[in-house]
Amino acid sequence: MSFLTVDSVAKKFGRFPALNGASFIAPQGGFVSLLGPSGSGKTTLLRILGGLEFADSGSVRFADLNWLDMPARTRNAGFVFQQYALFKHMTVADNIAFGLRVRPRHTRPSKAAITSRVKELLDLVQLPGLEGRYPSQLSGGQRQRVAVARALAIEPRMLLLDEPFGALDAKVRKELRADLRRIHDHTGVTTVFVTHDQEEAFAVADLVAVMRDGRIEQYGAPADVRRNPKTAFVSEFLTA
Amino acid sequence: MTAKFRKPTEDPIWLKALLGGLAFGFIAVLLLLPLVLVFKEALAHGLSAFWATMTEPDTLAAVRLSLTAAAIAVPLNTVFGISAAWAIAKFDFKGKTFLVTLIDLPFSVSPVVSGLIYVLVFGAQGWFGASLADHNVRILFALPGIVLATIFVTFPFVARELIPLMVDQGRDEEEAAATLGATGFQTFLRVTLPNIKWGLLYGILLCNARALGEFGAVSVVSGHIRGVTNTMPLHVELLYNNYDYVGAFAVAALLAMLGLVTLVLKSLLEWRYAGELAAMHRH
Repeated sequence: MSFLTVDSVAKKFGRFPALNGASFIAPQGGFVSLLGPSGSGKTTLLRILGGLEFADSGSVRFADLNWLDMPARTRNAGFVFQQYALFKHMTVADNIAFGLRVRPRHTRPSKAAITSRVKELLDLVQLPGLEGRYPSQLSGGQRQRVAVARALAIEPRMLLLDEPFGALDAKVRKELRADLRRIHDHTGVTTVFVTHDQEEAFAVADLVAVMRDGRIEQYGAPADVRRNPKTAFVSEFLTA
Repeated sequence: MTAKFRKPTEDPIWLKALLGGLAFGFIAVLLLLPLVLVFKEALAHGLSAFWATMTEPDTLAAVRLSLTAAAIAVPLNTVFGISAAWAIAKFDFKGKTFLVTLIDLPFSVSPVVSGLIYVLVFGAQGWFGASLADHNVRILFALPGIVLATIFVTFPFVARELIPLMVDQGRDEEEAAATLGATGFQTFLRVTLPNIKWGLLYGILLCNARALGEFGAVSVVSGHIRGVTNTMPLHVELLYNNYDYVGAFAVAALLAMLGLVTLVLKSLLEWRYAGELAAMHRH
């Protein structure tokens, strides 16, 4: 079995240490939540995995690749942002097709293949028939579903989500959370999910990493972490 | 009592009338009236006198020179402006604030001073004057000097229009494009450019209007050789100083027309793409 191995990743922004040697191992196809208060380094770690920030030291191995040596473009890691980051001037269909259309000609699918892939993905995220809409014509929950479809379109090696439901109301959050789990089980893509909401982290992931001050304070299956909090910080954070 | 149910943001009618009247009065006296007078004076001796000035070789040469200078300066400043705004909005680096200050320099320095700087650098007594003369390269009192001065003065327009826009839009969409496998150039072409096209267009139009109308800096470096290095604004001054009022106002009217065409073009585009514009802002 292949693993995602994050080993002692450190990163400073100027003099502020955002990550102080974070390490964890997850099986390929796993669903990991990075959980912690703001400033704990969870988003920085996720952005390093996505190639949007660069680690000062440490290493990441994934699928037998030196992950950190690759540029974001070639990692093939789908990224979902808190503020959706959809391309405003493109329709839903064009947003989802983007990752396929920018491929070099010899690996680019045909027009018909792209159209059917877009339709398939819209069905998967339960937005059938919305191909022609613009992002401004969608609700927040719908936008985030499109963003997930866009990230999945490239058949990613890894799916990274940065507080994807942070801007949505409680009811929509719960629906999307369940759908995300369903999509994960359907596609089997290795997923790393950042949140500051412990209920969300525990409900959706196979493995939870509780983060504090740029380190991983405790890492394990949700039930284990909940039953045996290793430090005062973890138990306080879980009861808060 | 209707006053009791007035909207909290609504002002009394007399205040609205006063402020509105003031604004309209100002525009009428300071902007519209002079514009009308320019056209009236240009046509004071009839259409044939107007036409005679317009078809005079010196006037045609001035028009040609102004258009040539703008045709070189505007595309260059568009490329400079996009590069500068891209660098400032999408990347963090040392000396960024300094770069922003430098971009504003042409706005804060009098155009005459910037013209004089080129004289100091390229003039006969300047740094490169002697070696340029040896190689028979003419910069001052020729097209290159006029283009350089125009570029300097109109440099900030495109960059200034784009920087706040691109900073406001952030980097999210570019980051998303990168994770989806787009190259830097694909990201620029497919994501950044469509997002800034209106600001860019507006910047180019303003840059072009100023490039055609620039007087101060060009006046210093051109040498005012009639029919050779006289641009349209310089030609207006020359005719005026020679008491050729109809001629001066005729060329001035042409310059004003070019400015008005710019404005009409901008309004037309805004009207044509109103829906798309609104969709972009609503997000």
